[in-house]
Amino acid sequence: MTLKLTTLALGAALAAGPALADLVFPSLDYRTGPYAANGIPVADAYADYFTMLNARDGGIGGVMTRVLPCETAYNTEKGVECYEATKSEGALVYQPYSTGITYQLIPKATADDIPIHSMGYGRTSAANGKVFSHVFNYPANYWDGASVAVKYMLNEEGGSLEGKKIALIYHNSAFGKEPIRTLEELSKKHGFELSLLPVDHPGQEQKSQWLQIRRDKPDYVVMWGWGVMNQVAIQEAANIRFPMDKFIGVWWSGSENDVLPVGENADGYKALALTAPGDEFGVYEDLKKYVYDEGKAAGNGDQMGTVLYNRGLYAAMLAAEAARTAQEIHGTADITSGMMRDGMEALEITEERLAELGFANFAPGFKVTCENHGGNGMGAVQQWDASAQKWTLITDFIESDSDVIQPLIAEDSAAYAAENNIEEGCN
Amino acid sequence: MPEQLLFAMEVTLNGLMAGVLYALVALGFVLIFKASGIFNFAQGVMALFAAMTLVGIMDGQVPFAHLINATFGTDIHHFGWHVPALLAIILTTGVMVLLAIGVQKFVMGHLVNQEPIILFMATIGLAYFLEGLSDLMWGSEIKKLDVGLPQGINETIDQVTYDLFGYGFFIDNLDIVATVIAALLVVALVLFAQYTKQGRAMRAVADDHQAALSVGISLNFIWVLVWSLAGFVALVAGIMWGTKSGVQFSLSLIALKALPVLMLGGFTSIPGAIVGGLIIGVGEKLFEFLLGPALGGATENWFAYVLALIFLLFRPQGLFGEKIIERV
Repeated sequence: MTLKLTTLALGAALAAGPALADLVFPSLDYRTGPYAANGIPVADAYADYFTMLNARDGGIGGVMTRVLPCETAYNTEKGVECYEATKSEGALVYQPYSTGITYQLIPKATADDIPIHSMGYGRTSAANGKVFSHVFNYPANYWDGASVAVKYMLNEEGGSLEGKKIALIYHNSAFGKEPIRTLEELSKKHGFELSLLPVDHPGQEQKSQWLQIRRDKPDYVVMWGWGVMNQVAIQEAANIRFPMDKFIGVWWSGSENDVLPVGENADGYKALALTAPGDEFGVYEDLKKYVYDEGKAAGNGDQMGTVLYNRGLYAAMLAAEAARTAQEIHGTADITSGMMRDGMEALEITEERLAELGFANFAPGFKVTCENHGGNGMGAVQQWDASAQKWTLITDFIESDSDVIQPLIAEDSAAYAAENNIEEGCN
Repeated sequence: MPEQLLFAMEVTLNGLMAGVLYALVALGFVLIFKASGIFNFAQGVMALFAAMTLVGIMDGQVPFAHLINATFGTDIHHFGWHVPALLAIILTTGVMVLLAIGVQKFVMGHLVNQEPIILFMATIGLAYFLEGLSDLMWGSEIKKLDVGLPQGINETIDQVTYDLFGYGFFIDNLDIVATVIAALLVVALVLFAQYTKQGRAMRAVADDHQAALSVGISLNFIWVLVWSLAGFVALVAGIMWGTKSGVQFSLSLIALKALPVLMLGGFTSIPGAIVGGLIIGVGEKLFEFLLGPALGGATENWFAYVLALIFLLFRPQGLFGEKIIERV
């Protein structure tokens, strides 16, 4: 309620004042290239949400928003070029949607006083805001994902993974290697045997890895894959008759794009989720009224409720809420990127606010602080129903094992701080 | 029999099958290089374009639907019919022939007598053009390709090997089909080249362009023919790989798998593409099986190139390539 009143007051004040520049949200899209099928729904959702805010609320705090798209084709060099080309237009926050681009932008954006939001990807130890002042990876990071997967398996196995075999099949890149350290720590803690199976980019040929899985007969296979690697892995798992309900992908291996090409064989496959799937949320009514029916949709309207479209919506909503928070903190609607950073660091998403925004039961609430840029670290498990062609959440949102993850974050961020002469601390 | 030996046998068999799939891609390169001296950088993208066209035709998808809808404010996506797989393959072959005519008329025809590097650069441009055209025509989403090919473990082999060794070998049915199709394709190509008028003309052009021209062979026709054949081979490769992974942009990257095969087998030999594919397939799989775990895994991509380079040290023209002797 307080938030609403503040927003109204800000809007009223602005109505009487001079015209303000738009709030600029760059969108580093990849509508072309090998990952276009995944990039399009995310980019469409990001644009659609801000279109809705403009049409329904007149923007944020009375200032219209402007999404500034730039095509990266998921290419790191192009992503950096996009950043350089758009930052001078008043960019408030960058969401690179690529771990490679995120790594490149961390020092640049920090120097330029522009925040980065890498939601569920990027550098995991950026959760330590005392070192990474301008990088936020709420609501969860890769290490949270690894821990949530293990907690789920623990639950499935009646609380013990002692003597069990877990195989990690992963994209042989910085992204794919992220969970290894956490899983190694968790294997020591829970007594399971971890085997590592890297797959080289792009991942169209995985026969060796799946023959090994067939020989070793692990109890579970966890996948850290992206793009074509996911479809091939799910198909190969089906080929060797690995039980799909023992096969769990990270949230980047759990969209409709990953399972539909495999058809009925993908039935029962599981993946982690940052949000609920589907379009049965209040926000979709407003999107339909103000965006789709008005012919203002960024895409052709066939992605509503898909996993990646919902992720794009979630990212846009969190960016908008951070901007709103920044306006409140600084008492001005015309915020800068530095103010946006402050808004992100003070962001609090409550269940009540989620319900007000039409996101009830979409994702759990969380609070960001200087010490914790990583949010609640929660993830759920979803399962694919091939006959109904839909994902369904099969668990509540699960908390990660902070006892294991926090020391790893502290260690990695301290190493980064030492390398870059950063003095840890909060403003 | 020791367990490790059984596993190695299984890996070898799977390597042979994977090699056939690599060879299918390499064949397209060989056909064009042999007849025109052009290293066709666009061969992988041709496989993508062919597979996307096939799925589009089968699903009754309206080509350029997004463009049409955005321009005219319409909302059309499908014709409302489904085309049987065989008919769709024939129609797609027709599209690949049209593409070959287009390539010859608008690209290669203008570059006659240019340096090979110029022709190579033109095929890079063609690759980018086809990438964009594929997305524009059929959309970027990942498509399921089902032309009725079987997939999954072959029960008979599993059972027979289990009875023999106490361990059932995994062989994918799709790989077996790919092997049969590749064998038929090679036999058909060899018969075509040996016993038909057009095939002989193709070989004549491959041997000596000027001599072929002097006896009245049309270079234009032969090059259209060769690009059409390469387009058909790309379609076959696209079907096999697309069935495995869904039809998507990454199909164009299968060309990376063909390069070491070409280096090893030679750029001008159809049997070389097959034998090269088999050697690469078995070599990379066995290396991964034997030494992969000690080296951290994911050795297949780089090992294929290392293997090809080792062969090149002893036979620079590849196993079956033509030895080029130039007198000073």
